Amino acid sequence: MWAFIQKLRSPKWFYAIGGKCQPWFWAAALGLIALGSVWGLAFAPADYQQGNSFRIIYVHVPTAFLAQSIFVSMAACGLAFMVWKIKLADMAASVMAPIGALMTFVALYSGAVWGVPTWGTWWIWDARLTSMLILLFLYIGVIALRRAFASLEGGARAASVLAMVGVINIPIIKYSVDWWYTLHQPASFTITGRAAMPMAMWAPLLVMVVGFYCFFIALTLTRTRSEILRREGGKRWVRELVEEGADGL
Amino acid sequence: MNRPNEPQRGADAAVVAMLKRDLMLLLRQRGDVINPLVFFALVITLFPIGISPEPALLAVVAPGLLWVAALLAALLSLDGLFRSDFDDGSLEQWLLAPQPTALLCMAKVLAHWLLTGLPLALIAPLLGVMLALPAGSYWALCVSLALGTASLSLIGAIGAALTVGLARGGVLLSLLVLPLYIPVLIFGSGAVSAAVVGSGLAAHLAILGALLAVALMLAPWAIAAALRISING
Repeated sequence: MWAFIQKLRSPKWFYAIGGKCQPWFWAAALGLIALGSVWGLAFAPADYQQGNSFRIIYVHVPTAFLAQSIFVSMAACGLAFMVWKIKLADMAASVMAPIGALMTFVALYSGAVWGVPTWGTWWIWDARLTSMLILLFLYIGVIALRRAFASLEGGARAASVLAMVGVINIPIIKYSVDWWYTLHQPASFTITGRAAMPMAMWAPLLVMVVGFYCFFIALTLTRTRSEILRREGGKRWVRELVEEGADGL
Repeated sequence: MNRPNEPQRGADAAVVAMLKRDLMLLLRQRGDVINPLVFFALVITLFPIGISPEPALLAVVAPGLLWVAALLAALLSLDGLFRSDFDDGSLEQWLLAPQPTALLCMAKVLAHWLLTGLPLALIAPLLGVMLALPAGSYWALCVSLALGTASLSLIGAIGAALTVGLARGGVLLSLLVLPLYIPVLIFGSGAVSAAVVGSGLAAHLAILGALLAVALMLAPWAIAAALRISING
């Protein structure tokens, strides 16, 4: 375990390993998303109440899952950065934040589009929608705070602290918003009867969720590797790598 | 780091000294204490003008309006929480002090709450009368605001500590802190609404207290870590 953490201190090691893993994750992501899309959009049976509009679930649910998972992994990276001073963890966290914000936005947007045929409106102050919106603001806060610092190190540490504070708050926000919603509105809009979903609808969803997770991992690997090159630009191994690449061309 | 020749004063002495100093500084600059209250009153004045002067309508929205306005007033006062200490260097001195930084942060937040959150809670009933808040919910307003603003000060101090080193941290501070304020707002305005309806508000107040307990436990450490980042970054 300790040896592994020691290895993680070396961006060079990660750059090499990441380069080897990344094609596999990209292939898995594209393959699974393609399979899940075709399966879910063309072959899965239509919902007996919502008709074909329910198929938005195949984009909506994976992005909503990712939106939350990415924030947690970002905070975990922040913790690793603050505790063990692993620079690599912060590089990963810095590239994860925009991905997470984008996933949150896509989840909100697909939810709004889904709302038109099912609820008859683009937006209602539903508990899930509201906590998703707050999550988007938390992401924007983390990104903005990192950018506001002139020094890379200061921004990295501030963003790590904020991500950790945010991750402690997310469950509190989620439960309080649930409470608020049940107080204010009758629970008439609970359309996502998850348990009642038949296998034929559920299987493509699972494929899509796994596909989106692979996509997130692949994208994080690729972006972290570029971030390594950007931040370690002055190091010898990076210069050698660039020269090798130039020779290869 | 131990200086054997100097008498080591306990942490309690440091906390008391910090509290006294901050209260004195705030009381000497009365504007810092009075301005949030005036802001609170002004925002409350805007709502009847913007929505409708109809008392029946105002009474319905009054709990939420009072809470949102108080929350914004507390937020505005946060920007100055560490600013002057950061500018004149005393912040670095108390980070270097042998006493735990988290404890000193707590004293500072306590002083801030005593002169911002508590006065807001005390003048809120007056503004409640102007918004035609139904009778019987005034003490709920006071208690919920007093409990809630303590959590707001603690959570907000994290944001203030993170942005104190930045030239224009004000807007960023609100962006960071407002999403974290939402649970307090929900249960705070919920308590007042419950009192208006006449249903039990003990649950709301208990949860506000629980939020305060969690914030008291965790926030001082985050504030201390954030201040170190701002000093070094």
